[in-house]
Amino acid sequence: MSASKGLHPEAAIGPIAVPAATPAWRRGLYLLVGIAVALAPLVLLESFHLFQLTMAVIMALAVLGLNIVCGYNGQISLGHGAFFAVGAYATAILMSHFDWSFWATLPVSAVVCGVIGYGIGFPALRLAGHYLALTTFSLAVAVPQILKHKSIEDWTGGVQGLFLVKPDPPAGLPLSPDQWMYVVTLIVAGACFLLAWNLIRSRIGRALIATRDNPTAAEAMGMDIASLKTRAFAVSAMITGIAGSLSAVAIEFVAPDSFSIFVSITLFVGMVVGGVASILGSLFGGLFVLFVPNIAEAISKAAPGVIYGVILILFLFLLPDGFAGLLRRIGQRLRIRP
Amino acid sequence: MPTRRHILAAGIAGLAAPRLARAEDLPGVTATELRIGNTMPYSGPASAYGVIGRSHQHFFRMVNDQGGIAGRKINFITYDDNYSPPKTVEQVRRLVEQDKVAFLFNTLGTPTNSAIHRYVNQRKVPHIFLSTGADKWGNPQEYPWTIGWQPSYRTEAQIYAKHMLEQKPGAKVALLYQNDDFGKDYLNGMKDVFGAKFDSAVRTASYEVTDPTIDSQIVSLQSAGAEVLMTAATPKFAAQTIKKVSDIGWKPLHYLTNVSISVGSVMEPAGPERGIGIITSSYLKDQTDPAWANDAGMNEWRGFMAKYIPDGDLKDGNYTFAYGIARNLVFMLEQCKGDFSRANIMQQVANMHGFQPPTVIPGITVNTSPTNFHPIRQMQLARWTGSTWERFGGLIEGANV
Repeated sequence: MSASKGLHPEAAIGPIAVPAATPAWRRGLYLLVGIAVALAPLVLLESFHLFQLTMAVIMALAVLGLNIVCGYNGQISLGHGAFFAVGAYATAILMSHFDWSFWATLPVSAVVCGVIGYGIGFPALRLAGHYLALTTFSLAVAVPQILKHKSIEDWTGGVQGLFLVKPDPPAGLPLSPDQWMYVVTLIVAGACFLLAWNLIRSRIGRALIATRDNPTAAEAMGMDIASLKTRAFAVSAMITGIAGSLSAVAIEFVAPDSFSIFVSITLFVGMVVGGVASILGSLFGGLFVLFVPNIAEAISKAAPGVIYGVILILFLFLLPDGFAGLLRRIGQRLRIRP
Repeated sequence: MPTRRHILAAGIAGLAAPRLARAEDLPGVTATELRIGNTMPYSGPASAYGVIGRSHQHFFRMVNDQGGIAGRKINFITYDDNYSPPKTVEQVRRLVEQDKVAFLFNTLGTPTNSAIHRYVNQRKVPHIFLSTGADKWGNPQEYPWTIGWQPSYRTEAQIYAKHMLEQKPGAKVALLYQNDDFGKDYLNGMKDVFGAKFDSAVRTASYEVTDPTIDSQIVSLQSAGAEVLMTAATPKFAAQTIKKVSDIGWKPLHYLTNVSISVGSVMEPAGPERGIGIITSSYLKDQTDPAWANDAGMNEWRGFMAKYIPDGDLKDGNYTFAYGIARNLVFMLEQCKGDFSRANIMQQVANMHGFQPPTVIPGITVNTSPTNFHPIRQMQLARWTGSTWERFGGLIEGANV
């Protein structure tokens, strides 16, 4: 990523200039309001919109994964759709061939994706910038074809894909399967966002950012760049893979065609629009990539791609640093005017 | 001059506009309106098929101009699914749960329809006349709310098998197929006709979409002594097959899936003279065939194109397909006699007899019954002359399985 990222207020001075700690009661209040806002759609939305929102949260989680390696660590990946696919297939195979429960498949999917991500992290050490983008891109191109291959067809179902079923709501809760799916997604995504938040604000998070902004200086300060970069890839792949697992059960179907290279591009778009190197921005990115194509299509069916492109350019013009940047500017203004 | 802030404010106001929703007993049907849902790849890798959806939009405009059906105007709601199964699920749920359409018509694609197959059947939403040649849509026992339209790949293979048995009884047959849904439908169709003799009479070889060539498969099929070759391959591999068969001096009676008969992308790259004598099949009238220059059905279609889609490419076969299938839908809806309940729609879908869509080869008719969910089961063969596909012989019907 470019040097201008180094001027990112949140990333560059955030860790040093922590504002006078927010009082505990206020943090608790924020948390409660956040939970209330997240749960409100359960009562406010009917099942289709709830399903859409579920998908948006899943996309947001996948964007968050990408943001860790791209935004915070500066390694461009155009191949995160591959991890999304691997996570989805891990869950689908375990659920449809072995009758595992959804919850039990999550750790497996996370570990599988983490290991693959770690493996991809090694070539990434030697390939920087554009070369890394192309390498990961080729991964995304290869995955749908690998999924169709004869040798693993018995597991993956080949082109026909695999069918699975949403987890049933627990007996005591008066929720429909769609509502429960939303709750499940919120729990998983919420946990991942919280962990990512803590990670980024920890010693390791600062090291990741330092590696991005000035690797030479970071190394001189005693940071092990190789281990940081490969681990960032592993964590990032893990989070995106978990999002893939969630999408498999929410859609109840996986097929190689579901994971074309467009998934990777979509995630990248989500990251840039939401805000590079921003946890909250990932959430907006997820909402954007799910809802904006529908808006584009409502405007013109003849060329939805063109409209989508125009909207995208408008966003980049109006919000050059993503939604996260907008929020940051509003926040600053509020602070100036007491 | 609008500033960033103005544009943002306007955007937020637009998003906040209230959404209207209404509950009805008869989904998608009012005294004046019949709502029909559809998904199409208007963008993405398969966007060439988007013209089918565009044709339908204009077609229903024409139907409405002519007074609609049973006093109701058709409201055709079609969404882009990018040929991506998760998007299809989202769009179909929007159609069913939010737009509350009466039924889904002509949703396009095999993986995309697979993704919604169970959902629509659980919800008991008619999912009719799909744009895909897979055989699995005709399974009324397990999926009573789903039905295809065009002859399935399996039916097509049955037709070739019948013809080859008649032409060269007792000959050794070779089958080259792509190892996926598409190729396996041909394998099954051949098995349907050959029955118990399949294992002794047919030598099979398959390839992966990821394989670079099919040369070794062709050589092994020839060395097995086959006199007949059936090729179930997508265009790139079909061209390779035609070339290799000619290069090794093999002269089998060669049948080729009609998925791969494009002159531009198969016959010419392979070498037009190499493919002379190859047999394929069709059920739609080819609009470039001079035999249909004054055909009443094709003139009806040309009239529609001239009036409603004057800028449409008249050489694009997707338009004749779309017109034929949409005409069939109108035929079925008229047979509903104003009762557009989902149950009655499926009853009438399973009760079509002898309808002849205007863009389908004369003599081929649409027939269904509660146990037969394969509306079109007849085709006519055609032979490559070196420059064009020439139809020959009578209509052949798929096997009764």
